[in-house]
Amino acid sequence: MARITMREAISQALWEEMERDPNVFILGEEVGVWGGTYAVTKGFYDHFGGDRVRDTPIAEAAIIGAAIGSAMTGLRPVAELMTINFAFSAMDHIVNEAAKMHYMFAGQMVLPMVIRAVGGGGRQLGATHSQTPDAIFAHFPGLKVVAPGTPEDAKGLMKSAIRSNDPVLFIEHATLYQVRGEVPDGDYSTPIGVSKVQRPGKDVTIVTYSKMLEISTKAADQLAREGIDVEIVDLRSLRPLDMGPVLESFKKTNRAVIVEEGWRSYGVGSEVAARIYEEAFDYVDAPIRRVAQKEVPLPYNRTLEQMALPQVEDVIQAVKEVL
Amino acid sequence: MDKEEYLKLYYEMVLIRLVEEQAAQLYQQGKIGGFLHLYIGQEAVSTGLISARKPQDRVITAYRDHGVAINCGLSAEEVVAELLGKVTGCSQGKGGSMHMADVKKNFWGGHAIVGAHLPIASGLALGDKYKGTDGVTICMFGDGATNIGYFHEALNLSQVWKLPVLWVCENNQYGMGTAVERASAVSEIRQKAEGYGIPNGRVDGMNVLEVRRAAEDALNYLRTGQGPYFMEIMTYRFRGHSMGDPERYRQSEEVKCWQENDPIGIYHKYLVDEKIATAAELRAIDSRVADEVDAAVKFAESSPEPAPEALFEHIYVEQ
Repeated sequence: MARITMREAISQALWEEMERDPNVFILGEEVGVWGGTYAVTKGFYDHFGGDRVRDTPIAEAAIIGAAIGSAMTGLRPVAELMTINFAFSAMDHIVNEAAKMHYMFAGQMVLPMVIRAVGGGGRQLGATHSQTPDAIFAHFPGLKVVAPGTPEDAKGLMKSAIRSNDPVLFIEHATLYQVRGEVPDGDYSTPIGVSKVQRPGKDVTIVTYSKMLEISTKAADQLAREGIDVEIVDLRSLRPLDMGPVLESFKKTNRAVIVEEGWRSYGVGSEVAARIYEEAFDYVDAPIRRVAQKEVPLPYNRTLEQMALPQVEDVIQAVKEVL
Repeated sequence: MDKEEYLKLYYEMVLIRLVEEQAAQLYQQGKIGGFLHLYIGQEAVSTGLISARKPQDRVITAYRDHGVAINCGLSAEEVVAELLGKVTGCSQGKGGSMHMADVKKNFWGGHAIVGAHLPIASGLALGDKYKGTDGVTICMFGDGATNIGYFHEALNLSQVWKLPVLWVCENNQYGMGTAVERASAVSEIRQKAEGYGIPNGRVDGMNVLEVRRAAEDALNYLRTGQGPYFMEIMTYRFRGHSMGDPERYRQSEEVKCWQENDPIGIYHKYLVDEKIATAAELRAIDSRVADEVDAAVKFAESSPEPAPEALFEHIYVEQ
């Protein structure tokens, strides 16, 4: 086991897959000479060359469109969107082309492609550069959506995403890149569409993913000091959504809080809560609570921005409400 | 070109014409759902163009794709069956009129979002360049697609990366009901390629041999590895944009004038005048095609519907 950052974990997965398979290549804005705006692909250009680490114009539809087309020919592109907010400029190609091509042509088109997109708020980038629109993308059948919360899962899920024959949207959180964690040695992969209990507990279930795993863990640490034993289920994949560990945990604790960074309305929490009510109604001891972003475009001002984002205290309060 | 090749072009154009006429009837009988965009009037464009390709060359087009499918070697049976939503259709009834494909024949689909397949075409060409094959990608689209951002992103990328793409604008004068000069800042569409430094040319799309010759030259250029080429092919659709088009945007005299310029009629006259074929030989082809289309309709009508399980198939490769 090595203790590395999320950035190193993703970088290692990309590097190892590119070494393993010559069909894997990277394209995106500033992925090459610059080394990646978040330095995930630092050193790649010099090692793999400009044909496999392709700097693109600032043209998201062209980036995702070229990824789709090259995937159709059997290559395994990893397309980087500098931020997930720019995915809207390529929305048609992500949801109308990538997500539908295999189905619409009855299996003739196979798109083994990954879209890396950096999301999340908390860096005072203002309303257009701080969003967590994960649920929007998870809405579309045909697309797989993953959003790891630990370095171990980030590396393992990236390997699965690259090896997958389906289009995968891989959402990274900008404020998690420096987070360190244990990563297994050698080659391993983490299956897409499998939730995981990241912290066992018996009193209440927190369902979360990505950055909010960190926030929820801090809340659980504080609650533990008050004698409240929280179990945390990390979704890791939003589509396919694995409700197994969530329901198993809920049937044990009978209480749940769902924590997401995106907006509450029509969000991940809405989906998970509805499924719990549908599939485990007899086990409900308290109304399920959702912790999410305030329903505002994220403001620039630091205090206002933090007010809008879910905080440790919000999670603690929600847990106490369901107990 | 030998006689067989000349006659093949004639055969394919007539086949497209009759399949489309049959499709219009099937639509009016309520047997085809959704939208139906006919290729009648534009047959010489894709026939001439695709006759110049080599088997390793990919073709991708927009939603007016039945003719392109036939030129790529799909049978009338597979095309009509797809229109009827049958499991024997080229997309097993899941795609319909606008989404036909056969990747084994290097036909990478009809794509229904205007302009969206242009960046994808860049990707197809990137695939060939990356692997070092000598295949190229032929990407067809209408004049209307040249006003959307995807067009500009794709052309720019293709030139920056020197991708082997033949961009083919089928200028049929109208994007739905809006005339080119009402929607495009330049009515000579090929000028847009100039802005990206892409060599280009304009061709009479009612003359199948001219299209073919221009396509051969363009494909030869692409294989030199110098990057993309842009063709603007002037043509006209004799029918509405889709079924149910009231055609308030053009005068019937204009349509009539173009119909006198029928690409099949022009080619028929050429073949007879040049003594490449007799009128009787061409009549025999007409009659053979009519039988083929009748058989295709019978095949499609008697084909089974997709099984209910098909609903959940092909969402993912790894379910």
